[in-house]
Order: sequence, then structure tokens, then C-alpha cells
Amino acid sequence: MNEKRMTEEQHFEEMIAEESICIADNLVFEKPETLLDTPMHYCPGCGHGVAHRLIAEAIDELGIQDKTIGVAPVGCSVLAYQYLNIDMSEAAHGRASAVATGIKRVLPDKYVFSYQGDGDLAAIGTGETLHTCNRGENILIIFINNGIYGMTGGQMAPTTLPGMKSTTTPFGRDVKIMGNPLKITEMIAQLPGVYYCTRVAVNSPVNVRKAKKAILNGFKYQDHKKGLSFVEIVSNCPSNWKMNPVESNKWMEENMFPFYTLGDMKVPNLNLPSESKGE
Amino acid sequence: MNKELKLMKGNEALAEAAIRVGCDAYFGYPITPQSEILEYLTREAYERTGMVVLQAESEIASINMIYGAAGAGKKVMTSSSSPGISLMQEGISYIACAELPCVLVNVVRGGPGLGTIQPSQGDYFQTVKGGGHGDYKLIVLAPSTVQEMVDHVKLGFELAFKWRNPVMILTDGALGQMMEKVELFPQIRRTTEVPEWATVGKPKTRERNIITTLHIEADKMQEINLHLQKKYKEIEQEEILYEASGCDDAEFVLVAFGLVARICQKTALLAREKGIKVGVFRPITLFPYPFNELNKLADRAKGFLTVEMNAGQMVEDVRLAVNGKIPVEFLGRMGGVVPTPEEILQTIEEKFVGELV
Ligand code: SF4
Repeated sequence: MNEKRMTEEQHFEEMIAEESICIADNLVFEKPETLLDTPMHYCPGCGHGVAHRLIAEAIDELGIQDKTIGVAPVGCSVLAYQYLNIDMSEAAHGRASAVATGIKRVLPDKYVFSYQGDGDLAAIGTGETLHTCNRGENILIIFINNGIYGMTGGQMAPTTLPGMKSTTTPFGRDVKIMGNPLKITEMIAQLPGVYYCTRVAVNSPVNVRKAKKAILNGFKYQDHKKGLSFVEIVSNCPSNWKMNPVESNKWMEENMFPFYTLGDMKVPNLNLPSESKGE
Repeated sequence: MNKELKLMKGNEALAEAAIRVGCDAYFGYPITPQSEILEYLTREAYERTGMVVLQAESEIASINMIYGAAGAGKKVMTSSSSPGISLMQEGISYIACAELPCVLVNVVRGGPGLGTIQPSQGDYFQTVKGGGHGDYKLIVLAPSTVQEMVDHVKLGFELAFKWRNPVMILTDGALGQMMEKVELFPQIRRTTEVPEWATVGKPKTRERNIITTLHIEADKMQEINLHLQKKYKEIEQEEILYEASGCDDAEFVLVAFGLVARICQKTALLAREKGIKVGVFRPITLFPYPFNELNKLADRAKGFLTVEMNAGQMVEDVRLAVNGKIPVEFLGRMGGVVPTPEEILQTIEEKFVGELV
């Protein structure tokens, strides 16, 4: 037994000596091409970074870097264009979906997405969100819902949970005064213009995979020209929830997920006769 | 080639010009007195040139669609009337800062508030002095005929792309609604050229294009501002347009823009019949403004009367131009009331002639 272990150790040492583990064949993880090598400004443990990476991976996998235009919102992800190596436009607060509409209408064969937080998409931009969805623009909207205004320092968002504390609901959100959280994703799922609507999260490897799939779908479905894809990512805000990243993920699972149920709300029936037959 | 002459309503002539100039997209929202522009375009444009025409859910949405589509390097236009233009101001400030070319049209109605659907020039300050936040300028064209409603669309796009700057056509409800003979220019093909700064998808061969107005570091934001101010100075050097009629021998000069300048022409005729030498000076570009030309004119004339359909907005610029050399009087009508040639003449007589006698 001793002898055998020696052999294994020797073998291991030999391997290291040859630096054979550092060869390209053994590479299991690398930076997507579309993700720039810029240090992100996001707080440690924040979901934005993962979501950005997934967008970059999806664009790489589909090979559409040269055909994709992104629209960044006002909010924590206002600087999203610093991290993604694609053409991007930064929109006024709440207007990303209108900006994306303008781009897509004049460039119907390009892939267009907006990336928006809860305040941007479901408070100040509710009108634009609803009508963009209702018109069935062939774009992807990625909606980051962390139930709080991150960039401005932790004020109540339209999606802040009942009883949840924020700097503007210091005693917890009182629904009698502030109304209930707006489940905008459920609302827009009803609209005929919405082709694909799903809610995902990026808190665990399984959920990250599902989120990636959803984003891939959101890009791919633009080829169908059948309507809008809407991907809500339930996310965390460790800084303004005043938790460390691990606690924030746990809190999200225990409090956000029961209220914002993960899963598909609308999926296209892909068995329909092919749309390529011409309309 | 034969001239193409038509009898057209101002709003429709402007819409026709947008199609003919090869405009790629129009985004707009209905509001009186300019809804004919959206109606005409939805009826005519797509069939003829493939131009995108979309009725947005609000003026806020339309101006942001403009921001997106202009950012993609396309020739884009929107139109509205005063309250709608007020809603667009945030977007206009973004567009000016991002240096996106586009043509905006304000068919002005009487304000403030919901006001009236009758014509007005009450949006001079908002348009010329910057209605949105921050230091920016629109290039402002003020047509006075239906013909100019057509010509300014073409000129507007030329200037917008030359300077990468939004251009505002500042007209009014009367010009929008009146019918006149117009000569239309031949159809210009929509271009497929892509400006190098446009967000159209990044090929491997170039760096990514970003359209943004956010520059958190003060130094950087100051740099952007200095760049814009330098551009505005150049525009002031190169693009001033005005029309001076009967000003050479005039003792008194009426200064007016848009529709009111035409009324002033009539006043000048009436005055000369009475032996009073009156000329009319009409700024065509409101930014850049013909300050120097007015200043020179003040060396020859005895007095200026500025006539506007507002409480006295452009008159501030006339006084700046004249710089105290001669008296600058003002006659204003508001809330949709249009001044008559006779009352303008009467004002000249009261303010100037009477005093001199
Ligand atoms: S404030 Fe919140 S949402 Fe914003 S980057 Fe930090 S953790 Fe993320």
C-alpha cells in the first residue's frame, strides 16, 4: 500500500514537473470573448456580474457579437456597456425598451436587448415596458429584480416585498400605504405580443444554467419574428439588503422565491407550422 | 425637369418632404394641431420608400425611439406640439449630449398648460434657450411659408448630419393647417450608408460603439461640454440664415420670425403707402441667431419693433443684438391670437412716428 502511494505521488510530481495540467486541453473555464477584461464596479456577490457573463456567453455561443446591440438602463447596471464588447446605447431612466424599439425597428435583422432593473422597468418605465411588450417588438428584455434601488442607495422599489425594509420604508413596506409589490412579469405574460416569458435566478449552478438557457432563447427567438422575449432574473443586492453575499442568497431563496416564483410563464409552441413559409 | 407643384396643407407638405428626403423612420404621438403629419405618413410612407412609421404610446416614448434609431445612424424624425414637446425635453437633452442627428418638429400651440390649439410662438425660449437640462443647443429653423415647411425638412437633415446635432423646426398651428402652393423636390433614395459612430453591431474590425451621455468624472464631463460649446460656436460662424426685405432704406424695422414675419410684410406695404419707410427682418435660423446682422442694421435704422405671438421672447435676443443703440419696442399677442397688419402699423405710429413728429 505504501509502495502504491509512493507511485501515485511520484506520478503526480511528474505531472506537475511537465506542467501538463496547464495545457489548453485541460482548460475548463475561460472568459467569454464578448466579456471585456474590465474590473466590474458591482459589489461583491451581486448578481449583475453573473448575469452579464451569461449574456456574453450566449452572444459568443450564437456567434452574434457583430449583430447585437444592447441597451443599458439607469441604475446599478448603467455602465453595462463597459463590460460587454458589443455596440451599446445607454438610455434615460425607464426608457430602455423605447430605445430598443427604435433600434430594432430600423435594424430588424439585428439582435437587440435591453437590460433593466426593477425601478427602471417597473416604476418609471412601466408605460414603455408595457407598450413595448404589447407591440410585440422582436427584442429581448432582461429584467433584474432585486426588490430595491441599488445605485441610489437602497430605496423602495416597485418590487420590494411586503414588510421589507429599505431607506424609504424604514419600518418595512406597509402595503396599506405603498401598495403591493408589482408582479410585472405576470402582467406582461398575458399580452399576445409576448412570445416568451420566464423567471430565473443566478443563485446556484442549476439556476445559472437555466438562466443561461433563457437568455439564449431570448436571443434565438428574435429570428422567429413572433414577438418579445422577457427574462426576469430574481437577484440580490447584498449592499443594500445589508447582508453578506451568502446571507443575501439565502434570504433571496427564503423570501423572494416564494413571492416571485421561478419558472416559465409563457413558452412558444415550437410545433406550429414553420414561420419561414412567409406571411 | 418639370417643377412639381401642389396645393398642400403645411403639416402634409412637411410629411411629404420627410418621405422625399429619404427619412428612415418617424415615431410620433397624436396631438393637435399636427396630427396630420403622423396620419399622412402612416398612409403614404411605408408603401413608397419602406420608411418605418410608428405611433408611440407617448411623446416620451417617441423621443426615446428617436434616440435609439438615430443612434443606429438612421435619418429619423418626430413631430409634436407644445405640451408634447415639453414631455420630450429630457430625451432631447440626451440626444443633444450624445450628438445624434435627427429632425424634430414643433407645431406650436398657445400655452401655458393645455392652453389652446390655436397658433402661438410661445415656445421660443424652450426651443432656443434649451428646454431640457444642461448646456446644449438645437439648430432651430423657423419656416414662414408652407414652402419652407418642405425646404426646412431637407435643410434640417443636412444640418443634423453635418453637425451631428438635433435640428428643431419651430413652426406653428396656423402654418401647419394652412394650404399653399408648394414646389416639391424629387424623391431622394434612402441611404444604406452607416455612419462610423452608429450602433449597428460591432464587426471584428472596429472597436465597439457606445452611445452614452454619462461621464461620471467631472473633468471628462467638462471636456464633453467644451466640445459641444466649440461645435455651437462653429455653427454660429457658418449656418446663420435670415431674410431682410426693404431694410436698406428703412427707418423702422419690424423683426419677426415664422408666420408673424409674413404679417409684417403686409404692414411694411401699408406703411410705405403712408410714406413711412418700414422694412422687415426675419431670422430664419433662431439658433444660430443673426446677432451681428441685427446689430449692423441698428446703425442705419431709427427703431426696431419686434412682433411675436408670445409675451416677448425673441425680443430679448433682438435687444442683446442691438445693445442699446436704438429703441427696440415690442408687440405681442398671446394664447392663439394672431396680430393684424393694421395693429402692427398702429404700434409703429404710436411708438416711433408719433414721437418723432
Ligand atoms: S448596490 Fe446592490 S445591485 Fe447594485 S451593484 Fe451593489 S449589490 Fe449589486
